[in-house]
Amino acid sequence: MKLKMLILSLVFTIAVVLTGCEPVLVLDPQGPQAETTANVIWLSIATMAIIVIVVMTLLAIVLFKYRASKQSDDYEPPHIEGNHIVEGIIIGIPVLIVIFLSIVSVTSTYKVEAPPEGYEDQEPLVIYASSSNWKWHFSYPEEDIETVNYVFIPTNRPIEFKLYSFGPITSFWIPQLAGQKYAMADMVTTLHLAADNPGEYMGRNANFSGEGFAENIFNVTALPQDEFDQWVEDIHATANPITEDTFNELLEPGHLGQLTFTGTHLDFSPAPEGEHAGHDHGSSESEKEQEDHSEHGEH
Amino acid sequence: MEFFERFAVPHPSPLIYASMVAIGLVVIAIIAGITYFKKWGYLWDEWLTTVDHKRIGIMYIISALLMLFRGGADAVMMRFQTSMPENTFLDAQHYNEVFTTHGIVMIFFMAMPFIIGLMNFVVPLQIGARDVAFPRLNALSFWLFFAGAMLFNISFVVGGSPDAGWTNYYPLASNEFSPSVGVNYYNWALQISGIGTLMSGINFVVTILKMRAPGMKLMKMPMFTWSALITNIIIVFAFPVLTIALLMGTFDRQFGTNFFTSVNGGMDMMWANLFWIWGHPEVYILILPAFGIYSEIISTFSQRNLYGYTSMVGSMVIISLLSFLVWVHHFFTMGHGALTNSIFSITTMAIAVPTGIKIFNWLLTMWRGKITFTVPMLYSVAFIPLFTIGGVTGVMLAMASADYQYHNTMFLVAHFHNVIIPGVVFAVLAGFTYWWPKMFGFLLNERIGKWAFWNLAIGFCFAFFPMYITGLDGQARRMYTYSEATGFGPLNMLSFFGAGLMAIGFVLIVYNVYYSFRYAPRNVGDDPWNARSLEWATHNPVPEYNFAVTPEVKSSQAFWDQKKHGHSLFNKEYEEIHMPNKSGVPFIMGGLFFVFGFSFVFSIWIGVILSLLAIFACMTYRSFEQDHGYHIPVKEIKETEEKFGGADK
Amino acid sequence: MKIDHSQPLEYSTEQNRFNILGFWIFLGAEIMLFATLFTSYFVYENRTGSGPTGAEIFEITPVLFETFVLLTSSFTIGLAIHAMRINRPKAMLGFLGITLALGAIFLGIEIYEFIHYYHVGATLQTSGFTANLLTTLGTHGAHVTFGLFWGIMIMIQIIKRGLTPATANKSFIFSLYWHFLDVVWIFIFSFIYLKGMM
Repeated sequence: MKLKMLILSLVFTIAVVLTGCEPVLVLDPQGPQAETTANVIWLSIATMAIIVIVVMTLLAIVLFKYRASKQSDDYEPPHIEGNHIVEGIIIGIPVLIVIFLSIVSVTSTYKVEAPPEGYEDQEPLVIYASSSNWKWHFSYPEEDIETVNYVFIPTNRPIEFKLYSFGPITSFWIPQLAGQKYAMADMVTTLHLAADNPGEYMGRNANFSGEGFAENIFNVTALPQDEFDQWVEDIHATANPITEDTFNELLEPGHLGQLTFTGTHLDFSPAPEGEHAGHDHGSSESEKEQEDHSEHGEH
Repeated sequence: MEFFERFAVPHPSPLIYASMVAIGLVVIAIIAGITYFKKWGYLWDEWLTTVDHKRIGIMYIISALLMLFRGGADAVMMRFQTSMPENTFLDAQHYNEVFTTHGIVMIFFMAMPFIIGLMNFVVPLQIGARDVAFPRLNALSFWLFFAGAMLFNISFVVGGSPDAGWTNYYPLASNEFSPSVGVNYYNWALQISGIGTLMSGINFVVTILKMRAPGMKLMKMPMFTWSALITNIIIVFAFPVLTIALLMGTFDRQFGTNFFTSVNGGMDMMWANLFWIWGHPEVYILILPAFGIYSEIISTFSQRNLYGYTSMVGSMVIISLLSFLVWVHHFFTMGHGALTNSIFSITTMAIAVPTGIKIFNWLLTMWRGKITFTVPMLYSVAFIPLFTIGGVTGVMLAMASADYQYHNTMFLVAHFHNVIIPGVVFAVLAGFTYWWPKMFGFLLNERIGKWAFWNLAIGFCFAFFPMYITGLDGQARRMYTYSEATGFGPLNMLSFFGAGLMAIGFVLIVYNVYYSFRYAPRNVGDDPWNARSLEWATHNPVPEYNFAVTPEVKSSQAFWDQKKHGHSLFNKEYEEIHMPNKSGVPFIMGGLFFVFGFSFVFSIWIGVILSLLAIFACMTYRSFEQDHGYHIPVKEIKETEEKFGGADK
Repeated sequence: MKIDHSQPLEYSTEQNRFNILGFWIFLGAEIMLFATLFTSYFVYENRTGSGPTGAEIFEITPVLFETFVLLTSSFTIGLAIHAMRINRPKAMLGFLGITLALGAIFLGIEIYEFIHYYHVGATLQTSGFTANLLTTLGTHGAHVTFGLFWGIMIMIQIIKRGLTPATANKSFIFSLYWHFLDVVWIFIFSFIYLKGMM
């Protein structure tokens, strides 16, 4: 634990220094997925800035040149219906820009929906993140531990967050690691990400979910794999097991601090996937479920 | 006792009690004032029972301005609450109600009626018609809108306001998570005013298709009329989706069905889909007429014809089609996979092309023109760069991968205010100033108008541009508070400052109306702006029958042709004019719908049944009524025309 | 009011022509309304939760009767409009009466059907599927009910005032409405009942 504190304080110092330069969170990515989105954002800002500058320049010229006070009283503006070449240009250039941005949008969307680049061959760490009013529950089925309102992840390893909700729709968001994904009551969604650097990151629910929404935040700590393993071991040594009763108490609306348990709630309250999916109607054929999922995808 | 408890506000605060007192006092003051000045008869005869499209238009605009102040007060409260970290001005529940009602009031009860009000006033004049195709239905549309607006507005003093956001996503909006009657108010207020809007839509499509002056082919209609036609077609096809969605929501909340629940086959995201299948076209229902207004104003004050008329019409048609194909971009983060997101990302970005055409056409309209900076033109000139910024941030949001970072943040809030305020709000204010002399026969004061404009434009930049940055820095929308460590404080304070400037701007606009009513010179003539389209060919203010003689038209700028090319618009002799009779039935039906909605909100079934029976009785009465209208004799027309000094028209 | 005698009676005044076009546009909105209901129905078709599926509750006999009755009524209202065109108000009233009677029979069977659903445990509250099914059928049924009252009022007006441009216009618009409800029913029959039973 000493080591952990040391690292934490180190990370904290770095964080303070970094916020001194104050890059906004989304444009200060700490993982490949957030990096992709940050690059797309910079690229689109640059492209769009050109359009804004062109329009503003044209507007300024027109307003300056053709204002009435600059012209003689008997000036009669001409009647101009239109011009095919001009119209071709004002259609053609936007079309080219939209095509360019569409390509960027499509490729980057596929990229952030897939396991993070450079980590494809590694086995991902699966963490179930479920929201309830107004908390986040993180279950590590492999490690057999559960935390509330904070999550530890190993660096340089792909993470697969499985998201769902015990109430209103929420949106899972760690701006410096990846974009958002909804957590809903009757299905499980998947968010891929990876952290390149150890550090503490802000995570929150971004989708309005009622009275306690503003404080519906969680801490993300990324740390090297060996320290992560150490952390898991510590929990197994010190924390209490989670039971159905304690878990139901946790689900009561309200705010909780950070909590740690051994075991996961998935054992007695499984996630709405597979045979437990909300839109399933009692059939156990896995094929049927697959179908239902793809159906969901289309809407 | 339980029965009465539902009517109490669930989360009372001194602010709500203060507003209750204020509402009570204002109502008493209005009733006392009308009684004291003996205006009840005038009010009933000239306004409440009117079927005249011009008066109905003015009533829409007055209601919209009232609602602008209701929604504006909400906005200032929100900006103040978030201007400092850990502010305690509003608590979470109250803040949630405030941003929910802000959204609904501004979209449904401010922007929509303002646009429909301007359409009501202007479209029949622009096409040279006496009135709309169904004047009585038009009055009913207005009173249904008004009933819905009033129903919505009493929610915060009787039973509690909706608190699930204007998007009202389930399951948050279900009984489980939103137990007060607030969301019932949402369902019924929108349902009732939505039915009114749908009927307006049908009315205007028929009016524009069937009642144009001789010679006015479709491609010779003024641009605002074109935008109105397309908008109303969108209304006809989009609003039924909302009707069904609201009905399902009502069933879920009041009859225990499982449409949007998470159990027994319910599907919460179905609401989001239906809401946005209506909601995205709704965005264009607001913005297309605004484009129409800007087209008229920019062309008038550049003293040039509108550049690229055909491409202007074509781009609106394309936008209207695309508007039905982009709804998924409101929830890219729902997890439907890269393929679906890619498709909707592309359709969304495609809208930028026709919109871009319009921007360049406006620039080219000003090119080689002779630009005068009147108040309406100032709004239009400010619109172009500000709307371009809003538009390009829209393209940024359309890129699905990046949207995962913008979604639900202040960046999004900044974007849609950046298109709606310079797009729609500036447009209706510009249109309001531009057509004001047509309504009342005098101009609004230009100096006060310019002060208002600069407050609004500068206030807008301060209020919304900082949000782009806080959004990228991780500030989610709809957060009632944040800690100091987030560093959102200073930029939010800047936003509050901007909101304050905008509030001053709106107050100045109202002051301008008062000032101009008292002091503005009255003899401005029929053509104060040197305008171009047909509505300016009749008098200011417009006589009851609009045009003494049906005009004959050769182009989209008929009045300009008459002034510059000697084309004569009025070639016939006076004939007696057939006019529709006044009727109190639409007003009564509006009242009954209010009772119906209120009873339904509180599940008072006896009230629901009685008001429904009374509504059917009104419809039966209307069915059996033989109303052939009345005629204005030639003598009276001549007298009126002489009074305006245009006897030989 | 100018009456143009070169046109059929229902089109003979300007207001009549507005009314007919306006009603066509209204039907466009109605198509959107039912399209939304159908789309939701397809989405929820298999989301039966713990409730029954369509195949378990649909009964072919009453549905066939309903279809037959409503299709016939669509035919008889066509005859009514034909009678109106050749100016035979009595025949027209007769056919209108038959149409409304058939409509009432349809409604009766539909009420029986709803009671049946209630008895087999498929109520509005049972599942997403039943809620959609009953809302779609109910919306159609509500339209038919409204049509019955509307039709009766038109008949009274024809009896009192004879065939005038106003009553002819109303009858014609009513016939459009009735045909539309028939078309919607054909969709319900094919895509809800037949598809559900297969």
